Amino acid sequence: MSHEAVLHSHDSHGHDDHAHHETFLSKYVFSMDHKMIAKQFLITGMVWAVLGGLMSVLFRLQLGYPDASFPWLESILGKWAKGGQITPEAYYALVTTHGTVLVFFVLTAGLSGTFANFLIPLQIGARDMASPFMNMLSYWFFLTASIVMLCSLFVETGPFSGGWVAYPPLSALHDASPGSKSGMDLWIISMALFVVSSLLGGLNYIATILNMRTKGMSMTRLPLTIWALFFTAVLGVLSFPVLLSGFILLIFDRNFGTSFYLSDIFVNGVGALSNEGGSAILYQHLFWFLGHPEVYIILLPAMGMVSEIMSVNSRKPIFGYMAMLGSLFAIAVLAFLVWAHHMFVTGLNPFLGSVFVLLTLLIAVPSAIKVFNWLTTLWRGNIRFTPGMLFAIGFVSLFISGGLTGIWLGNAALDIHLHDTYFVIAHFHIVMGVASMFGMFAGVYHWFPKMYGRYLNNSLGYIHFWVTLAGAYMIFWPMHYEGLAGMPRRYFDFSIWESFKQFAELNRFISTVAMIVFATQILFLINFFYSIFKGRKVTDLNPWKSNTLEWTTPINPGHGNWPGEIPEVHRWPYDYGKDGVDFIPQDVPVGANESSH
Amino acid sequence: MSTDIQLEKKKIHPYQYYLWGGLGSIVMMFAGLTSAYIVKKSQANWLDFELPNVFMASTVVILISSFTIQMAVKKQKEQNENQYRGFLSLTAILGLVFIILQIQGFKALEANSIALIGNRSNSAASFLFVITGLHLLHVLGGIVALIWISLKAVSSKNNIDNPMPVKLVSNYWHFVDILWVYLFVFLRWVG
Repeated sequence: MSHEAVLHSHDSHGHDDHAHHETFLSKYVFSMDHKMIAKQFLITGMVWAVLGGLMSVLFRLQLGYPDASFPWLESILGKWAKGGQITPEAYYALVTTHGTVLVFFVLTAGLSGTFANFLIPLQIGARDMASPFMNMLSYWFFLTASIVMLCSLFVETGPFSGGWVAYPPLSALHDASPGSKSGMDLWIISMALFVVSSLLGGLNYIATILNMRTKGMSMTRLPLTIWALFFTAVLGVLSFPVLLSGFILLIFDRNFGTSFYLSDIFVNGVGALSNEGGSAILYQHLFWFLGHPEVYIILLPAMGMVSEIMSVNSRKPIFGYMAMLGSLFAIAVLAFLVWAHHMFVTGLNPFLGSVFVLLTLLIAVPSAIKVFNWLTTLWRGNIRFTPGMLFAIGFVSLFISGGLTGIWLGNAALDIHLHDTYFVIAHFHIVMGVASMFGMFAGVYHWFPKMYGRYLNNSLGYIHFWVTLAGAYMIFWPMHYEGLAGMPRRYFDFSIWESFKQFAELNRFISTVAMIVFATQILFLINFFYSIFKGRKVTDLNPWKSNTLEWTTPINPGHGNWPGEIPEVHRWPYDYGKDGVDFIPQDVPVGANESSH
Repeated sequence: MSTDIQLEKKKIHPYQYYLWGGLGSIVMMFAGLTSAYIVKKSQANWLDFELPNVFMASTVVILISSFTIQMAVKKQKEQNENQYRGFLSLTAILGLVFIILQIQGFKALEANSIALIGNRSNSAASFLFVITGLHLLHVLGGIVALIWISLKAVSSKNNIDNPMPVKLVSNYWHFVDILWVYLFVFLRWVG
């Protein structure tokens, strides 16, 4: 087929063509429809969010009640909770798996995989992704990675337990801990598969955005969601391979006796290793070269969706579109230049450290621009407090709170005291974990009517929002004080230290709130699955009165998205309240007397 | 309609974007590895050794293969089926020769008591093995793609009409060629 023929056939496959040939397997399992693949990513991500959340409840139980015994735990976890108390090995495994799956499977695949797949073709005016097959493959690599990770939970010696960062020697030595045996093998296989999935997805998102936009959809008419997803994909495509190279060296050290990371260290029970000259710090450089962009791979999609949702529900144009775009770009560039701020205590040259301090603090500038623009978008807006909008506002609140402590941690002099304490836990959970989760919730509440043709229940949505927001602050705010007092992260039991006994009650409080917040997420799950089948039906093509193209499709769009021609775009997506008109969709031609935006 | 088709003609094929993005990924992976090499070289216990001459021969072979793949692109444009397939096959054979020579290079190092992996290995040799080995796997991927489009050209006459497969494969092939030249220069002189 010639080049032109490929493009033509791609553009012309309307949804009617597909409806005739679909079976259950081709529609729901081996689907090549970007919308179904998005739902597959979302639901797989939700399964991992529940498992990862449950793990946090279990290890919070240990931290809140270190001396208590819960016999029911033994019936669930068996030898990992002998006598009803989680063993230290199980605790480390839970912490490690919680971090890995939340960072990679939920907030990367679950977030980007869902919304990039769902929104890119719909908002740029394309029938599907540039390669629907590679898109499908991306999901199946992710699912395989998920299954391998799940299997690692059931191996005899337990899942990997050396922390989500998988630093050697814990990750490189089979005998370092029980989790370093086959649990680590499965962990690294799973992560390699995940990297392949991310690359396939990312390349698809980039090619689709650059190549498949409908007529009139210039790059500066793209909604900010698409710009954010574009930068996210670029970050992933350029940083995941570096992580992979770090993993390859790790595999060689683990299995082929090389000395990239391992040196002649003494290991209790094993003796001195025969390796020579390896440097564990080298791994940290390679890991954090992905690790820091990963923060923005998680944050940027949430930022993009929040910008869109805020503008729609404030009935106002986004404030400073080009500044928002510029700040996304600046964040994406700076993301590659700050990795060593995770390594201030590794003996880093102080001069180099100060360079990384400067570059890290520079991120505050585009971040502040974004916050300012979100707040000015809200300013004097005709705000609709839908659950999606509340979660978007919640995101901004959390981004400010967590971002401010980033200024502390980005400062090498302060970081030396705060490194590896609960202050860090508090910082990244608020600014990256919970904030991005709020972005994800905002996206689900906002685009659920487009995904399933039904609404989520608002009352349950409000309960979900308020309990989660208050809970998130109650869990993580006190951790700042614990961290300032020097309480280290990753410890199994603090009750033996006199200086940390003062936090016993506080830890119990945090654990109790964590359980309540987890239970509230069950409420969301009930709302989600009930509403798919029984939610109030959408009757209006454009229920949020939004300007973007996804709302010009039928209520339940088929594969191909638009039954007829793809609409042509004539304006940017933020014409809200222009010339006294509430909203003007992107496909409406510019009037003769219309003012420019 | 004709205007639409003219517009479409100006578009770059999406697979071209895939390839560029994918090449960017590969560049980052090797940038990561060669950066790690530089860091490691500045530390203690680094073993300096000469690169076997066979790597020079493999460099010449892969450079020639870039010429043959370009000839295949030319023959596709000229719609000369036999020569098109011939140059594709020749490129694949040169690729295989390159791989064999690389393996000979590893053997030459082992013969000089320079262990690439295992307890006796020094990370200087291990780096060489991992970096060149990964590059070798990328060449192998290119050979698979060459065989694939050669078979497609045999199985269906129409496939010679489509310039996209050979264009993509030739771009990739030139890339792994340039990548090897970079790695060779890096390992022999810079590293």
